[in-house]
Amino acid sequence: MTTLTVRDWLLAEVPHSKTQARCQRIFISWLAFKRNPVAMIGLLIIISLIAVALLAPWITASDALELDLANRLQPPGSEHWLGTDELGRDILDRIIWGSRITLYIVGLVSIIVVPIGLVIGIVAGYIGGWVDTFLMRLTDIFLAFPRLILAMALVAALGPGLENAVLAIALTTWSPFARIARAEALTIRNSDFILAARMQGVSTAGILSRHVAPLCMSSVIVRLTLDMAGIILTAAGLGFLGLGAQPPTPEWGAMISLGRQYLIDQWWVPTMPGIAILVVSLGFNLLGDGLRDVFDPKSGG
Amino acid sequence: MASAEAVGPGLVLPPKLVKVTGVIASLILTFIGLTAITFTIGRVMPADPVLAIVGDRASQEVYDQVFFQLGLDQPIYVQYFKYLGQLLQGDLGTSIMTAQPVAEDILRFFPATLELATVATLLGVFVGIPMGVLAAVNQGRWIDHVVRIIGLIGYSAPIFWLGMIAILIFYFKLDWVAGPGRLDVFYDSIVDPVSGILILDAALAGEWDIFHNAIAHLILPASILGTFALAYIARMTRSFMLDQLSQEYILTARVKGIPEWRVIWGHAFRNVLVQLITIIGLTYASLLEGSVLTETIFSWPGIGLYITNSLFNNDMNAVLGGTIVVGVCFVGINMLSDLLYKLVDPRVR
Amino acid sequence: MSDSPLLRVEDLHVTYNTPTGLVQAVKGVSFELGREKLGIVGESGSGKSQTGRAILGLTAPGGEVRARRLEFEGTDLLHADNRTMRRIRGGGISMIMQDPKYSLNPVMTVGKQIEEAFLIHSNDSKREAYRRTLEMLRAVKIREPERVYRAYPHEVSGGMGQRIMIAMMMIPEPSIIIADEPTSALDVTVQLQVLAVLDDMISERGMGLIFISHDLNLIASFCDRILIMYGGQVMEECNAAELEQAQHPYTRGLLDCLPRLDGSQHELSVLRRDPAWLETRGETS
Repeated sequence: MTTLTVRDWLLAEVPHSKTQARCQRIFISWLAFKRNPVAMIGLLIIISLIAVALLAPWITASDALELDLANRLQPPGSEHWLGTDELGRDILDRIIWGSRITLYIVGLVSIIVVPIGLVIGIVAGYIGGWVDTFLMRLTDIFLAFPRLILAMALVAALGPGLENAVLAIALTTWSPFARIARAEALTIRNSDFILAARMQGVSTAGILSRHVAPLCMSSVIVRLTLDMAGIILTAAGLGFLGLGAQPPTPEWGAMISLGRQYLIDQWWVPTMPGIAILVVSLGFNLLGDGLRDVFDPKSGG
Repeated sequence: MASAEAVGPGLVLPPKLVKVTGVIASLILTFIGLTAITFTIGRVMPADPVLAIVGDRASQEVYDQVFFQLGLDQPIYVQYFKYLGQLLQGDLGTSIMTAQPVAEDILRFFPATLELATVATLLGVFVGIPMGVLAAVNQGRWIDHVVRIIGLIGYSAPIFWLGMIAILIFYFKLDWVAGPGRLDVFYDSIVDPVSGILILDAALAGEWDIFHNAIAHLILPASILGTFALAYIARMTRSFMLDQLSQEYILTARVKGIPEWRVIWGHAFRNVLVQLITIIGLTYASLLEGSVLTETIFSWPGIGLYITNSLFNNDMNAVLGGTIVVGVCFVGINMLSDLLYKLVDPRVR
Repeated sequence: MSDSPLLRVEDLHVTYNTPTGLVQAVKGVSFELGREKLGIVGESGSGKSQTGRAILGLTAPGGEVRARRLEFEGTDLLHADNRTMRRIRGGGISMIMQDPKYSLNPVMTVGKQIEEAFLIHSNDSKREAYRRTLEMLRAVKIREPERVYRAYPHEVSGGMGQRIMIAMMMIPEPSIIIADEPTSALDVTVQLQVLAVLDDMISERGMGLIFISHDLNLIASFCDRILIMYGGQVMEECNAAELEQAQHPYTRGLLDCLPRLDGSQHELSVLRRDPAWLETRGETS
């Protein structure tokens, strides 16, 4: 009996188990994804973001919160690669710590938005009728609001703070996912295998969770990645307006706002955090484009 | 072929009427939904909605006055209908900041945003569309890559940061444009605000100095906002064009011996135009939102700056008033572009 | 065939450079076309459509066309400049495609599209273009030409769409028409109508026709000569009348696959494809 390599197992003609089939699908998608160099750059950026955030305590020289007024507003140099801010803190360190906040926002928003959007979408699409109409009206109403402004209004009511900003962003972001999930559910609803499951006596909840939801996942994830950049930009915008994380937390948008007055002579103070936002946002856009090309090439762009 | 639709037992209406009623009903429902949300934010969410409106330095009388105005002693749905009624009469409450009706304040600030968003959209359209077409026609070559990169940076960059950098470079370092605000202080209040749109008003009044100054102030914020519009429009145009250029009728056009530029613009682009209407509508609507941050950076006295300032002053009525106005415009513009699309596409007719 | 051939194709090759390697869509195809109806039969992927496109210089990007000779009425098509090619397209050689749902511009009226074809190749006025368009629509048996003139492609039926296609491609008076599966998207009854119209126009104007199809029966009954293609090469060339006496095993295989009313009752044979046929041959017979 010859020994199979992992790659052989992944490329086998006929999968022998559900796990193998799933792994195979992921592997083949990965091969297709790999062929796109721009998408790979996006993946690299995001992986770097995660790595930097995880390794923050070890790769930073300070905790970026202590003041060092003697050293304030130093230009980029050998000791402080990106310079220091108005309170003497190393900007690179602050950006690295800030990456944790970015990931926190990204993660939290995703956890809220995906389940809500999925559930509303597939329930609306599968059950149809007035449930569908009602839920879609609800979705449309939230879609009708410009994201940042609604978020601002929500924060105005709830008060500034990181969690409130996350909540506000989540409330304005879930709508497209519901639409996508609903569209998928509508297509799948009349399939034979769904009919078979119903005839076997599977409950509606069972069908939705075990059959419909998994099929919607890939579209939802692609859309999530594409929207991620927008979420980060909105969070940065809220931070810039002082409505997100409060100082001294090194949130990138807030850093730009605080550094704005030093723009003319100490340009690096507000500029560097902006570059960080740009890079991360770019990374998600590239990654999202790449994922979309692999999973849904018809939708163009 | 188009027959009257049966709407109910014995009730048969022409399909056009049904469609129009449907659109109106949809509008009304969306409006109700919008107001329900702002109502919830304004009344239900804050710990003390009256405080949110009058501020914490108001006297007991003002407090009581507003308390009854809001009908807070009554059940929620009554409050909501009161609120709706006020809205429909154009009453958006009074602002703490200015002590004026919010509606009046908004009317004063709105044209500035309109001016900015319109010029930015025009920029996005007239630069973005050719860019997109060029990229699609030269797919894979360097022009394509350049356009895609510009597009990517355009909508990956935080707009307020981009604005800041632009001010640093073009105002402080190069002195090519004028500084923040709509006009140099020198020129303030000389021109009669006929439309509220400075460049129009100045041109109408024949005040060319002011006209030039207004443009010098307008150009940078409009360019920044326009970059965002441009990125989106170029990307979508490219995508649509690529889609069309792979269609059979393009081959037919080439078989007929039509020169390539005609094939691209007269055939492929004509099909793309229809779809672009929706895109342009979406862009304009989203620019209303994007102006919030741009106006803050450029001290542009538009509705975005108004909402932001109201936020800092805890002026709930103003914030919500602004939110509703922008929300309504958002919905209105999207609906308009939908309608336009249906009018222009022969397949839908 | 009284005069010299309209079209001369000698050793035509069309090669695509794909990520998975070189794909030879057309491998050494040669034939001549006079004022006659030539049918090219083959399965999908046999290279028949690619041959048509190569003649018009409209091979998709990524494809390379080589030939020893590719001549139309004495003009070298291989090395012709863009302007010459544009003159020939429509004015000398035209092509009808399979499905009018996709091959007509959906946002232009039918009349405008036909007029465009006319105006590209002549200096006449718009009024003359209008008159000719109506005339052409009548010639393809469309009964209310003014109404159809103002119609959009999605408003006409398949058969009418194809006749509009024919009108559009015939109006600049080309010498050759390439019909690429012109009836494959139509119902059988409509097919005959469209073919009749095509036949009439070709005979009237003394044109050459290259009829590309996968339907051997259709080609056998409609065309004068037949070219059988497989794997990018010509397997056999014969007169339509002599099809039954075809030699090549692939042709015989195709013939055997066709159900016939007067045939024997045993099972319909399955086409056998010998991989040896895919190998590049020397000179085609």
